[in-house]
Amino acid sequence: MKIEVTVNGVEHSAEVEPRLLLVHFLRDSLELTGTHIGCDTTSCGACTVLLDGTPIKSCTFLAVQANGRAIKTVEGLIRNGSLHPIQQGFKEEHGLQCGFCTPAMMLVSAALLEENPQPSEEEIRWAISGNICRCTGYVNIVKAVQWAAANGQSERAQT
Amino acid sequence: MAVDEQREHKWLGKSVKRKEDERFVRGRGNYLDDIKLPRMLHMSILRSPYAHARILSIDTSRAEALEGVVAVVTGELLAQHNLAWMPTLSGDTQAVLATDKVRMQGQEVACVVAESPYIAHDALELIEVDYEPLQAVTSPQQALEAGAPLIRDDKEGQEDNRVYHWESGDLEATDRAFAEADRVVSLETFYPRCHPAPLECCGCIADVDPATSRATIYMTSQAPHVIRTVFALVAGLPEHNIRIVSPDIGGGFGNKVPVYPGYVVATAASLLIGRPVKWIEDRTGNLISTGFARDFHMKGDLALTSEGKMLGLRVKMLSDQGYAYADAQPSKFKAGLFHLVTGSYDLPAAHIVTDGAYTNKAPGGVAYRCSFRITEASFLIERLVQSAAYEIGMDPVEFRRLNFIKADQFPYESATGFVYDSGDYERALDLALEQIGYAELREEQKRAREEGRLIGIGVASFTEAVGAGPSKDYDILGIKMFDSAELRLHPTGKAILKLGVKSQGQGHETTFAQIVSEELGIPPEDVHVVEGDTDNTPYGLGTYASRSTPTAGGATALIARTLREKAKRIAAHLLEASEEDLDWDGERFAVKGAPDRAKTIQEVIFAAYTDLPEGMDAGLEGVKYYDPPNLTFPFGTYAVVVEIDRGTGQWKPIRVVAVDDCGVRINPMIVEGQIMGGLTEGYAMAAMELITFDEDGNCIGSNFMDYLIPTAWETPHFELHETVTPSPHHPIGAKGVGESATVGSPAAFVNAVVDALAHVGVRNLEMPVTSDKVWEALNEAGLAQ
Repeated sequence: MKIEVTVNGVEHSAEVEPRLLLVHFLRDSLELTGTHIGCDTTSCGACTVLLDGTPIKSCTFLAVQANGRAIKTVEGLIRNGSLHPIQQGFKEEHGLQCGFCTPAMMLVSAALLEENPQPSEEEIRWAISGNICRCTGYVNIVKAVQWAAANGQSERAQT
Repeated sequence: MAVDEQREHKWLGKSVKRKEDERFVRGRGNYLDDIKLPRMLHMSILRSPYAHARILSIDTSRAEALEGVVAVVTGELLAQHNLAWMPTLSGDTQAVLATDKVRMQGQEVACVVAESPYIAHDALELIEVDYEPLQAVTSPQQALEAGAPLIRDDKEGQEDNRVYHWESGDLEATDRAFAEADRVVSLETFYPRCHPAPLECCGCIADVDPATSRATIYMTSQAPHVIRTVFALVAGLPEHNIRIVSPDIGGGFGNKVPVYPGYVVATAASLLIGRPVKWIEDRTGNLISTGFARDFHMKGDLALTSEGKMLGLRVKMLSDQGYAYADAQPSKFKAGLFHLVTGSYDLPAAHIVTDGAYTNKAPGGVAYRCSFRITEASFLIERLVQSAAYEIGMDPVEFRRLNFIKADQFPYESATGFVYDSGDYERALDLALEQIGYAELREEQKRAREEGRLIGIGVASFTEAVGAGPSKDYDILGIKMFDSAELRLHPTGKAILKLGVKSQGQGHETTFAQIVSEELGIPPEDVHVVEGDTDNTPYGLGTYASRSTPTAGGATALIARTLREKAKRIAAHLLEASEEDLDWDGERFAVKGAPDRAKTIQEVIFAAYTDLPEGMDAGLEGVKYYDPPNLTFPFGTYAVVVEIDRGTGQWKPIRVVAVDDCGVRINPMIVEGQIMGGLTEGYAMAAMELITFDEDGNCIGSNFMDYLIPTAWETPHFELHETVTPSPHHPIGAKGVGESATVGSPAAFVNAVVDALAHVGVRNLEMPVTSDKVWEALNEAGLAQ
């Protein structure tokens, strides 16, 4: 089947098998390897991307379902060569260790901040509760999101 | 090796931001599955649905006929190349692909190699295997009963299901202690099977070049050098023709230490086909077939005086090993370092009896974020101590204090032969109690009970033993457990540090750069750290059991000091002074009494290539292999407050206070990150993580819907504190910290839940402490609402 998908602002058209998972389309066809696979059952969230701004788990979403829609992956967070505030926040607050869950965690958090620029800790924890991190114990991930919330507006204004 | 304490630390103790983060936050990490090679094929594994069955036939013809399938590999094919079985890291054997029988559910039966991963998976369904199911052995007790089905009938001389029998300590002295005791308190408990489940599953790309016969194997390995040697032994490939590359690793926690069948089959397939072969494990494969953890059935007896002084400890432990003895641990100790079970206590006598049994389950026994089975030991003693305190009517905290090894007893030789390097257990305990407000909490607990609420306060004062290890006692398959560092200083004053260990998220690129910075004055951003490529790093045993800082960290400091000595000779030449007249201030060599006459380390390094003293070899490079004189012994106290819901049995940690002493902290930010991660996994084991089996040996816990891992929603908040008691023998006084929190915290969580119910006689709740178990205990005590 032919699909047309906008990924990180770039339009792609491709011929894909109907059963091709979106995560494989992104990783293998477009070579956007920042999106990871952790569980195959929509449990861990390592494959999360934004579909028209909403987080979805791309390991249980078909590439054909993304036809005509806009996807954002971790590679699309950078704007004009500068890190997105959420990327900066993860660096500042030691929000990552092995880094495997990090792209998805950042996308989920960025989506939260779009909707709710000053979330409470509880709101952050709820927003990222579909994503598993094995390394950090989440405390510093929460701090990273808070860092982005506190520093995001000024940085956004600059870009 | 004295701690270098002449100067104030400049770089140790500094929370330098991680150098590795930039690539990860950009999505530019380079994990195994991100690597693509030209002409690469994809491999998928067919696994056994049965726990125990005879294989009558395997028909691969339909799979082979599928378009895009290049090969189907079976055990029979491997047997022709003598590759159907492989050695484990404990010197046992494990099937690569089953030939005669399958001995666990999920065992590797055949592999498909195809042009795409989708085709490889399609073809698995076309392989027809005819099995004759056999009775499954699903517990070690059942395994050791007379007449139990013999699991390892492939092994000559193996007549029952016993794997090992191993004892430690002094039986006679312990018997005497128990004969003299006024009181004996016992606890029987089970540390259930769980799984490290790193977020990235295992995998490899084997690329055997038909022209050169060189095998380059990209692999999710925590221990690439050892794997190279094992591959040389298994596959008979000359070791110089094997290159193992561990790229970025998405978490390990012990799961990525062993050799797995998928690695071996992919390599054999690449060798036979002449093209690169990629194998990426799926999550179910990871959970049901790779290195599990724990599965120890334990009983402890504590001999006490009427005043509550400990006289002796007796421990019996039965371990469920699965169908192969594949623990990744020092070969001398059959149950890892479980004999550290005397913990933080001055126990004059102890005797430990351990047995391991084969069952029809996955092999492994890896230490899930743990130094070779100390987690189980720490759990038993810290749970037993709490039980004993209740029985003799003492506060558990005071009972611990009475029996602690005292600060002036270090170095302390334990009844099972460890020599603890340093510690101050009372100081850590006091700090934890002060921070949590222990005395007030006990009052609050009383008031709460009167109001019908159930609050519990749990404490665990753990001792770890990390940094294996001294070559006299520690080896894996005979290879001594030293580690290494190679340091090269470039003419312009920059450095490259190459290590035999391998980070999986611990931040080595930053931490080890800081050690070089401390010793040589080159800032961390000028030190590039390389790990994981066996062609380009010195031999080492890898990263697990919190050993990197105690071993490779020592090697790094020592090689930097060696190069500094040579730099000093060059500086003396440049400054036209004698070496004795030079002072090192951490960044410069200066003439004593004339601080303006000085050369920076960068100037001296440049001179090593441009302006050398007569007769000196050029360059500033070196390799150090560090054989530590002893393990290091981190310790601490964790204190947890929980509240139980009497309606549902749910319990919730309200506060978690952690006091850790890991000696000198290199990067406090990274240390705290390690502790919080460990506390989360400790909480997970206490509350939810469980791999269990039904009576037919079907694995329950084979995906993340059944094997529960805490999210941000369940994970408690942590309050971290520290004391610093340097290791006296480690070159920078550091002890290793990655696993303290998983070792110490499960007992603190369980102790807290039990404490909430101790007043009605509850002494034990088995992990994971799920709400149904708590509700049953509430119901029995008439407390359920």
